[in-house]
Amino acid sequence: MSPASDKDGAVDGKTDAMGMLGFPDPGPPLFSSVTEVRERLAAVGYLADDGIAGVVHLADRLAKPVLVEGPAGTGKTELAKSVARVTGSRLIRLQCYEGLDESKALYEWNYKKQLLRIQAQRVVDDDGTKTGSPGDDDGAGDGVTSSWRDLEEDIFSEEFLLTRPLLEAIRSPDPVVLLVDEVDRVELETEALLLEVLSEYQVSIPELGTIRAQQIPLVFLTSNNTRELSEALKRRCLYLHLDYPSLERERDIVLARVPGVTEELADQIARIVRSLRTLELKKYPSVSETLDWARTLVVLGVESIDAEQAKATLHVLLKYRSDLERAAKELAVAGEDRA
Amino acid sequence: MLDVLTGFVGELRAAGLPVSLTESIDAAEAVHHIPLEDRDALKYALAATLVKSSAHWKAFETAFEVYFSMRGPQYEFGDDDSSTGDLDSENDNETENRGRGEGRGQGSGGGEGLSPEELAEMLFRALLSANDAQVAALARQAVSRFAGMEPGRPVGGTYYLYRTLRNLDLDRVLERLMETARASAPEGQLTPLEERLARDEFKSRLDRLRRELEDEIRRRLVADRGTEALARSLRKPLPEEIDFMHATRDELASLRRAIHPLTRKLAVRLARKRRHGRKGPLDFRSTMRHSLSTGGVPVDPKFRYPRPAKPEIIVIADISGSVASFARFTLHLVHAISSQFSKVRSFVFIDGIDEVTRFFENVDDVADAVHRINTEADVVWVDGHSDYGHALSVFWERWGEEITPRSSVLLLGDARNNYHASQAWVISEIRHRARHVYWLNPEPRAYWGTGDSILGEYAVHCDDVFECRNLRQLEHFVTELA
Repeated sequence: MSPASDKDGAVDGKTDAMGMLGFPDPGPPLFSSVTEVRERLAAVGYLADDGIAGVVHLADRLAKPVLVEGPAGTGKTELAKSVARVTGSRLIRLQCYEGLDESKALYEWNYKKQLLRIQAQRVVDDDGTKTGSPGDDDGAGDGVTSSWRDLEEDIFSEEFLLTRPLLEAIRSPDPVVLLVDEVDRVELETEALLLEVLSEYQVSIPELGTIRAQQIPLVFLTSNNTRELSEALKRRCLYLHLDYPSLERERDIVLARVPGVTEELADQIARIVRSLRTLELKKYPSVSETLDWARTLVVLGVESIDAEQAKATLHVLLKYRSDLERAAKELAVAGEDRA
Repeated sequence: MLDVLTGFVGELRAAGLPVSLTESIDAAEAVHHIPLEDRDALKYALAATLVKSSAHWKAFETAFEVYFSMRGPQYEFGDDDSSTGDLDSENDNETENRGRGEGRGQGSGGGEGLSPEELAEMLFRALLSANDAQVAALARQAVSRFAGMEPGRPVGGTYYLYRTLRNLDLDRVLERLMETARASAPEGQLTPLEERLARDEFKSRLDRLRRELEDEIRRRLVADRGTEALARSLRKPLPEEIDFMHATRDELASLRRAIHPLTRKLAVRLARKRRHGRKGPLDFRSTMRHSLSTGGVPVDPKFRYPRPAKPEIIVIADISGSVASFARFTLHLVHAISSQFSKVRSFVFIDGIDEVTRFFENVDDVADAVHRINTEADVVWVDGHSDYGHALSVFWERWGEEITPRSSVLLLGDARNNYHASQAWVISEIRHRARHVYWLNPEPRAYWGTGDSILGEYAVHCDDVFECRNLRQLEHFVTELA
């Protein structure tokens, strides 16, 4: 199959040395140092710690995807969004779900348009031009096959290709951040779809040939760890585990993301949340829930939290009845029985 | 650098982490892109490329601390400047801190001039004001004073840690910190909430101190014994390989935390397995009937619909002292995934036996239920030493009728029967009625049948006997079961 490589050089069989060795050329660095990563992320309101900033920096330098794992609501998706914002790239998002397949993730032929094209061809053929009707035996066969080949080449060209997120990220001429969200939701078999894109930054389409990336997108995969991802996928990625932040970082996050919060209140919030996380709960309060809580308190005009207010608003933080009861009990009583 | 790296990777593999060749190549590649004098950056770079599971983080951290601690400075770029620079800045820190600590111990006396009381006092103050640098410096001194480390002595770091902690008496320090906090409160009294928060705050500071002490001890041990030897002695099992029977309290806690995601994973996997379940067997009658339309040629084979297996589970667990923690975990796990089974009934026994299914009904908190089982269930018949024979025969008498061909019976225990009669016929009767009978034994296979273990007598009547000593084996078994 001959690749129709007329469109902006994206489609070809080009093999450069780096690609052969398995090291895609990362292109010009987006960040000069780890500190710069952290500062620029902070500027858009994402407070990264050393680990996060380091991995982002490496991902850019090594041109490798980042697999971000951790409990829900610790800013996995937000990280990708913030990086996109910082680098001024377009964010392309692929939300994974069970049953995701090639036609939703990679590409699809625009079947309706192809049909239309064929119909149109037939109309042209029937109308006057008369290059030869199928019934004719002599000489006409040639015309039919050639027009058939034309047609086939025509309907399997990029015009009829519907790009889905993965292909789109590869083809985009501008810098792109690709976010593959909740990759643990797809079946083990579907993971294989990602592999070619993640390691070689290319997509093979049987009818067209191989499409290589014009620029290496920064790829983030997030996982809530509901299942073990395959070794093949993990091997291709840098791994970043996002846990609940430290007290200081959580306080700074609250300060950065919630307008109108005082430093004292943020400190108190962070400390209460940390105490809650030491309890044995069904679901620990996440960072996003901490932020919700902070916003709630600001809206209510609370200056400093006492036990009553904490109890009244805890339902923002905790989503299980048993958790709520336990937290209320612990926070109010724990001090007394020891004192 | 490459030598260190390959040695490090080798150590990770020895500790049980699956590090592939590409991953170590990535690590080498990554090291190019970071400033090597930055130890944290190096750590994160290696972690990102080599460790692909959060459960393995701890093992990685230990290995990293050992491999890149003392010899760090001379290996990182072999640059003399940076190493001396490092040491200098450390000394600076120390003297500066000591200067702040009320001007005592000036110069580089290494804290010899401090009496234990003074040291404790300074530590207390540093903790109170959350002065991390000073806490670290004091931790170093505490180790050199209290741990009594002797070169070449083949004891583990925990021993030194214990000695240091005993001398520092952190519980009392915590109480003192709390008292100070109370005294400094406006009304001389903290509200319960504030009290709680303050306590958590101080606890986390003390934890940091404890970590500091551990690091310091490890640093010294590395200097004393060399990297490889120490790495070997510090190697700890990964969470999924911790032995239930010999887990420490910390490990038990981490196991409990691990069990929750594990159950979720299992549930997802089981659901998936069922949904994509293999097709049922060939339905001959249906195939023949449909073949009539093609003149008797069976063109289109028909299959029976797979019937989702919803096994009913009966758990009979030994909760006597010797295997209690194991039984507890299994009860946890079985009940956490009980939504996958149409019915789960649990029985516990020591020498008497009691049904405990009721404790798990409408309970959110499995830990609570397990606690109630331990206190309320009527499991002691004579003396509270395991008697499998009696427990099993009572079980057969009272509940034997309720075993159906759909039930799978799980027996948990080490079959150490204190030389009572085995009554193995009960197992064989159960097997006649039930779908499967499995025995899970938390003891290593080599110990089976030794001493008063009579597993052999029971095993002949079971469908299978599994060694089930850690989470990985347990997980494996549950997947097999469903």
